[in-house]
Order: sequence, then C-alpha cells, then structure tokens
Amino acid sequence: MPIISAAGLARTFQTKHGPVEAVRGIDLTVRPGEILGLLGPNGAGKTTTLRMLTTLLAPTGGAATVAGHDLATDPAGVRRAIGLVAQSGGVDPTVTVREELVTQARLYRLTKDQAVARTAELAGDLGLGELLDRRTAALSGGQRRRLDIAMALTHRPRVLFLDEPTTGLDPGSRAGVWDLVRRLRDEHGTTVVLTTHYLDEADALADRLVIVDAGAVAAEGTPSALKLRHGGSIDATLQDTFLAVTGRGPTPAASAPVAV
Amino acid sequence: MLFHDTALIFGRYARQTLRSRFALLFGVLTPLLYLLFFGPLLTGLPLGSQGSSWQVLVPGLLLQLGLFGASFAGFTIIIEQNSGVLERMRVTPVSRLALLLGRVLRDTVLFVFQAALLVLAAVIMGLRAPLAGILTGFVFVALLTMSLASLSYALGMKVRTPQEFGPTVNAVTMPAMLLSGLMLPMTLAPGWLDILSRLMPFRYLVDAVRDAYVGSYATAHMLYGVLVAVGLTAVAVIVGTRVFRTAGA
Repeated sequence: MPIISAAGLARTFQTKHGPVEAVRGIDLTVRPGEILGLLGPNGAGKTTTLRMLTTLLAPTGGAATVAGHDLATDPAGVRRAIGLVAQSGGVDPTVTVREELVTQARLYRLTKDQAVARTAELAGDLGLGELLDRRTAALSGGQRRRLDIAMALTHRPRVLFLDEPTTGLDPGSRAGVWDLVRRLRDEHGTTVVLTTHYLDEADALADRLVIVDAGAVAAEGTPSALKLRHGGSIDATLQDTFLAVTGRGPTPAASAPVAV
Repeated sequence: MLFHDTALIFGRYARQTLRSRFALLFGVLTPLLYLLFFGPLLTGLPLGSQGSSWQVLVPGLLLQLGLFGASFAGFTIIIEQNSGVLERMRVTPVSRLALLLGRVLRDTVLFVFQAALLVLAAVIMGLRAPLAGILTGFVFVALLTMSLASLSYALGMKVRTPQEFGPTVNAVTMPAMLLSGLMLPMTLAPGWLDILSRLMPFRYLVDAVRDAYVGSYATAHMLYGVLVAVGLTAVAVIVGTRVFRTAGA
C-alpha cells in the first residue's frame, strides 16, 4: 500500500510571457518507510512537484493521495500527516529558537504543555539544546537547517518532504543531515521524499530515485538499477547515468580563442 | 479551532510588534504632525460644524491613521513570503482564515491603540467630545483597519516585491484621503468635488465619526457609515481569505 501515489500530476503557470508547463504529468509511487530521491537539473519541476504534494500549490492536472488523504478533497488531512523542510526555511529572525519551536507545535494543535515537552525532546534529538534561547538570526547555516528540520518533525509526520536539504551547507553539516534522514527512517519508519541536484546525496541517501527532467519523469529505479540500465554497468558513476538519462552531454569547451 | 488558531497567530504577531518600538509607534507619526501643526490653523475657520474645529479634524485624522497604516500592512506579508515563513505556516493544519484574521487582529489592536494616543494628544490640544463619540470613532478605526489590512495582505501576496507594492498603495491612498474629505469636510466643497467624494467609501465613515464627535448618533450619516464600514470589512475579509487559500501561484 503506497504511502504516496500520484498520477498525471501537472502544473501550468500563467505568466506574462504565456503559459509555462512546469510539471507535465508526473506519476509517482512511494512505499512506506523508503527514502525517495527526486533528482533533476534546475528548473526540472522538482520543487513544484513537492509543493503540489504538500498542498502549497494546486495541481492544474492529475491527482494524488498522500498518507491516505486525497490532495484535492482533504488537504487538511494531508497537512496533518506530512512535514516540509523548504529550501528557504522560514523563521522569524527576532524570535528565539524555543519560541519558534513552541509556536510551531501549537500550530500543529499540540497543547501548551505538549508543545513545551515536544520542544525539549526535539532539541535533544537534533542537538539544539544549547541554542534554545538564542535568536534564530544568530544560528549558523547548519544549525538553521537542523531547526528547520525540527520544525517539520514537531508532529511526528509519517512523510517528511525535504527540498534541497543540504544546499549551501558545509560538509560536516551535510553529513549530519544525511545521518538524521537515515535515523528517521530507521528509528521511526518515516517516509522521506527529498529533492536534490547533488548526485552524491542521491547516491548516498535514496533507496529509489526518480529522475525528473523538463517537468516529466525521465527514469526511475534504485541507484544501482539506473546505473546498470543507463550508465552501462553497475559501477558507472551516477553522473554518467544522469547525463545518459537526460540526454545532455558535458558542457562543450568554449570555441572562442583564449587569447588574440 | 478557528478561534484557537486565530489567537495563536495573533499572539505571534502581537509579540513581534511589542518587541519593536518602531512598529508600535510608526503609524501615528503623520496624523500627530497634522494634529500639532495643521490643527491650530483651523480653530478660527467656519467649517460648517456644530462643534469646534477639533471635532471636525480629529475624526479625519483617526481615519487617516487607519487608511495609511492598514494599507501598508501588506509589506510584512511580502517579506514573510520571500523568507519562507508564510509557506511554512501554510503547510501546517492551521486554518487559512486564521492566518489572515490573526494578522488583521494585531493590526486592528495596534491602530486602535495609536488612535487612543492621538485622541489623548488632541485632548491636550483642545479637543472636547463626548466619550461615546470617541469610542464610536475607535470602532470605525477598527473596522477600517480590518478591511484595508485584509486587502493590503491580499495585494501583498499578489505583488511579491516591495518595489511594486509601495507605489501601488501610495497611488491609491493619497487621492483616497483627499477625496474623502478627511482633512476638511466635503460640505465646503464645490458641487463637482462633493459628487466625486460620494464615490469614496471613506467619506461616509468620516461623516459618521464627525457626527458622533458632536453627539449626534442617530443620523443618516451614521447609518451610511455603519453600512459602508461593515460591507467593506466583509468584502475585504472574503477576498483576503481566498488569496491566502490559493496563494502560491
């Protein structure tokens, strides 16, 4: 019984320059407890797909069911079961970490006491204990990301969506996020859907990959299967596999002379 | 649930405002300047009112406070949209209406507070008005703030950048102030201006408050004022909620 199933999900934006088809019919199936990676170049439609699945954006075509709730008819049900860590995690810079976490818990309908208890728990799990009374503006990039993740985990969601979770982080923080994602799956059975354009991240974390290009699914499977099928051998790099799937070769060398 | 959610959102934004002295007092500056430096010029003039010039000017200044203050409320929404705060809240089960009402409630409380400060200063300058009239004035400030703030948030969600938002709002609020007779009553106006001003909803609000400030509560002005205020608020809240529900396009 898949925890997410999407069929023909599409989104067209009406802009000043005419309609833009950001997502053109994506089918997606995610099994409970797996880590699914949406991999693709910038502009492929990964973030738009994520925003549709998290009820932030209404699809202009297709349908989806997330954690047993239909996206179109029961968005509130979807919201109760999911968490989202967006690329620009949104916190108020003038507020303390503790206050943000408590308010977030109350937005998820926890009582005041439950919210305070949950905040302490999350701070312990995510190494935010010493930062609780600091203002969010004073956090480093890695600490901010951990706070963003903590905020998304407040209500113990069954599915966690991560949009480019380690973009802009230093290697230590990246490794920390990866460990966290694995722990979530291993200890809590949380299903994780993450978008990324980092191939090492996709390789390291994802149980299954869906390669998205120009608004549609270009290939899907486990990293090994993709490498075998598209990259030529199971030892092929994900880079070569990705380039083979999306049909783009490496950037050609500049043809203009270096010096005249 | 709606009540709980609205209280939660209100609490968050109220704490935010209380942390910033600038935010607490900014809106009242312009009307205060008019009160202190423009008000005294009117004391001897025939303004067609039963009361003193203060009873004509202060209602206008109260509505000016609401007009300019609430119309620019959308700025904060643009900032929150760009920083991801708004999206983060929209992913939670919190009611969409509460996201709007909590903010609007904060703005209403803030501007009624500033209106009280203004009236206090006016009393020092020489205003004498019945208490019921003053309280009526606050009610109208509250309704005006609720409607304009809702519309401002709706505009802020659509416009996305501060560079587009500021000039757009400015282009509307300044003529609105002048055409509504907020500074001086439209009873002084020539026929064509008077007719134009009847198209402005704020004209009916300021006429109602001016009546209240001289102790006449059961007048036609008051009736129209209440109808316009309530109608405007209803429309604005409906528009605002719809925008909050569908934002993200």
